[in-house]
Amino acid sequence: MTSDLIVFLVLSLVAIATALGMLFSQTAVYSALFLVLNFVTVAIFYLLLGAPFIAMAQITVYAGAIMVLFLFVIMLLGAESLAPANTLPWQKPLARLLSVILAVEAIYLLFNRASSSMAVTTPDASLNTMESLREMAMTLFNQFLLPFEVTSILLLVAMMGAIVLSRQEKRSS
Amino acid sequence: MVPVDYYIVLSAILFSIGALGVLSRRNPLIIFMSIELMLNAANLAFVAFASVYKTFSGQIFVFFVIAVAAAEVAVGLALIVEIFKAKKNINIDEMNSLKG
Repeated sequence: MTSDLIVFLVLSLVAIATALGMLFSQTAVYSALFLVLNFVTVAIFYLLLGAPFIAMAQITVYAGAIMVLFLFVIMLLGAESLAPANTLPWQKPLARLLSVILAVEAIYLLFNRASSSMAVTTPDASLNTMESLREMAMTLFNQFLLPFEVTSILLLVAMMGAIVLSRQEKRSS
Repeated sequence: MVPVDYYIVLSAILFSIGALGVLSRRNPLIIFMSIELMLNAANLAFVAFASVYKTFSGQIFVFFVIAVAAAEVAVGLALIVEIFKAKKNINIDEMNSLKG
């Protein structure tokens, strides 16, 4: 029982530290690498919660594909760091204040609204089996078949959008 | 045996850090990464509640959210590259007109 808690606390410290590192590092490449680490810790959380498929999808899609895309664009633009532009001097303190308010409110409301009966249920790792994976696939392809197909159309549209946006346009005035 | 509350609190903290990034940074790439962080925080809450209620619907929603995030990043980064080509600058304060 305590070992799970220790693992959770250490991992959540890593997750918060990498998120803050992503936020406060001045170079965009470092931000991207911090974010990769954050995604991997969240994937380990998914494993702890008994969601192995989501954990693997998280690593391949987020930490793999999406972050590689980010790194490519960062290196392509060569815009690692921006010159500090002080257009709004009160913006950063205000942003910090607002996000602290957001965090406090979210935590307070979630603690209040979550009923105590569901509070101590155990996300057990015994769900990390082939059986649960099969069951999840059955749910996905029976109950959620239509959203699944719509997702493929969404990806097709995104692909066409990216192609149209990055195409060299012929100027025929 | 971690209470699910802890996961929810962690998710709220990560979401707030993402919101802080969107509000305070001027680099659109960092803003995009902060949005990804917020999506991740929401996904964490989804999976935590799914494991409380012993149902797969939450996990499947997370799967869809990941697909939508991938599509969003592809289009968004193409837009950023295109804006950089037009303006030679990706400071978000400069992006104040729809016309290129």
